[in-house]
Amino acid sequence: MTATTVRTKAAAKPKPVSFRKVILTGVAWLVGLAFVAPYLEMLVTALKPEHELMRSSYLPTKWEWSNFVDVWRAAPIWQNMKVSLLVAGAATIVTLLCGLPAAYYTARNRFRGRNAFLLLILITQMFAPTALVIGIYREMVALNLTDTLLSLILVNAAFNLPFCVWILHGYFASIPKELEEAAFLDGAGRIKALVRVTLPISMPGVVTAVVYTFIGAWNEYIVALTITSSPNRQPLTVAIPSFVTQYQEHWQYLFATSLIAIVPVVILFVFIERYLIGGLTAGSIK
Amino acid sequence: MQDTDVRTRGARATARAPRARTGRRLGQALIPYVWIGPATLLIAVVVLWPVVEMIRTSLQKISSSGVTLGSNGTTNYSDLFDEGDLVHVVVRTLLWVAGVVIVTMVISLALAQLLNARFPGRRVVRWAVIVPWAASVLMTALVWKWMLDNYFGVVNEVLLDLHVLHKPVNWLAHPDQAMLWMMWVAVFVSLPFASFVILAGLQTIPGEVYEAARVDGSGTFRTYFRITLPMLRPALLIAAIINVINVFNSFPIIWAMTQGGPGHATDTTTTFMYKIAFFDQNVGESAAMAVVNFALVLVMVLLYLRASRWREEVR
Repeated sequence: MTATTVRTKAAAKPKPVSFRKVILTGVAWLVGLAFVAPYLEMLVTALKPEHELMRSSYLPTKWEWSNFVDVWRAAPIWQNMKVSLLVAGAATIVTLLCGLPAAYYTARNRFRGRNAFLLLILITQMFAPTALVIGIYREMVALNLTDTLLSLILVNAAFNLPFCVWILHGYFASIPKELEEAAFLDGAGRIKALVRVTLPISMPGVVTAVVYTFIGAWNEYIVALTITSSPNRQPLTVAIPSFVTQYQEHWQYLFATSLIAIVPVVILFVFIERYLIGGLTAGSIK
Repeated sequence: MQDTDVRTRGARATARAPRARTGRRLGQALIPYVWIGPATLLIAVVVLWPVVEMIRTSLQKISSSGVTLGSNGTTNYSDLFDEGDLVHVVVRTLLWVAGVVIVTMVISLALAQLLNARFPGRRVVRWAVIVPWAASVLMTALVWKWMLDNYFGVVNEVLLDLHVLHKPVNWLAHPDQAMLWMMWVAVFVSLPFASFVILAGLQTIPGEVYEAARVDGSGTFRTYFRITLPMLRPALLIAAIINVINVFNSFPIIWAMTQGGPGHATDTTTTFMYKIAFFDQNVGESAAMAVVNFALVLVMVLLYLRASRWREEVR
């Protein structure tokens, strides 16, 4: 498959569509389909009437679009969705507020403790809430923060912070300092130079950090499962499995809710896909 | 590296400043900590404190209602090591991580090449590949569980219609089959991130390098193994390590699909730990399991630090 990368130069001249290109396109489209197939199955199931769930058939005989309306009444998913949005949004803001200055300063200056800080970032990148959930739980009990949104926001912000600092640090370091110095000469202060000059160029890195944190928090499961107990403080991930228990099996509602949660995030990704590759490059190269 | 000489210039300037400005210089010296302070504080309170709390808990006797009843010495650890399932769980966890990560990396290398190639509709295919990353792992695991359902799952339906099977198979009821399917789901959700990191790496390789290889008469395979792969090393390293950590800590897949059952037959260390804490109500022993788990992660981190030669990279 490397041939394709090498071939691009040769392909600059107009050529008849080659057999290899047709095969390549076919394979690529099949691969793409394979990645969305489980979610298509989700959609098909979400559109089945309840009595058709327990019958083996690929497609519903009657497409029950009203499932997507009824699900809002079947469970308080609007409340859970608000919790998810609030936690993911606030965690992202906290991560950026803490991460941007640290990444910028360490990329531009050397000072005592800089290496220690970067080592801390590198090591804590490897810590996942899952591994520490018992400790997090005990801490939140000690702080009397169990079953609060604040605890979820803090945990999601803190555990995504190291990766974001790392990505942003790499990105800032790759931007020539001279650009900012020109702004200094024009009389701008350090912060003004950062906001006016460096940040706009760093958008791919910032976007990657934002998306990484938001998605991580939106999809977080184990901490929310452990430290929330009231249904109205649970995010979607914790709430939706209760559609299928030993007493009731509303798979159609479970998947309708899942799709309601997934589609906005996919759309978000589609908008930033271009930036994402640039942002990930900074993280892996520096 | 450019910043160092600017820095020394600054240092020289301050050295020339009169002594009267000591107070101001002290203020100057504190500036870096204002910039990195919030991040350090957040990490210390929310990431490092639980580590300490976890180790402390592992040495304490905790009642089933969560009240600390005093020190317990190393009893929690000896209780843990007396668990008949522990060895199986740890070995299974290591196989789970190795299997998922190796398969993910191999497929991602191919996938990244495919996504880097030019063909009509490339953007749409890239978007499609992103979908499992954007979707919650829990929801993806639930749909796979549904597709693998004994009676109504689409996997059995397709295999029956193709006459591969003669009667439905209850995939998730048999530990080995369940494990393989869950590993597949873990690969499926890991592929987008890994292949995008590698794709980003591919795009940093300058076209001239390939041009030169072509002029030298290097063949496709030779070019790939001699040029592309070595230049992808940083991207591969970061994709692999993040994948290792994610897979090692993967809880939702197993929790949603089998809950580690039947018994402990499909547990990994994380689900095992969770069950000890919240099913057996033994928080102390669970914390001991978490510490063991964490020690395994630390070993991997140290290996990563050695591999990444972080000192050179931070400079």
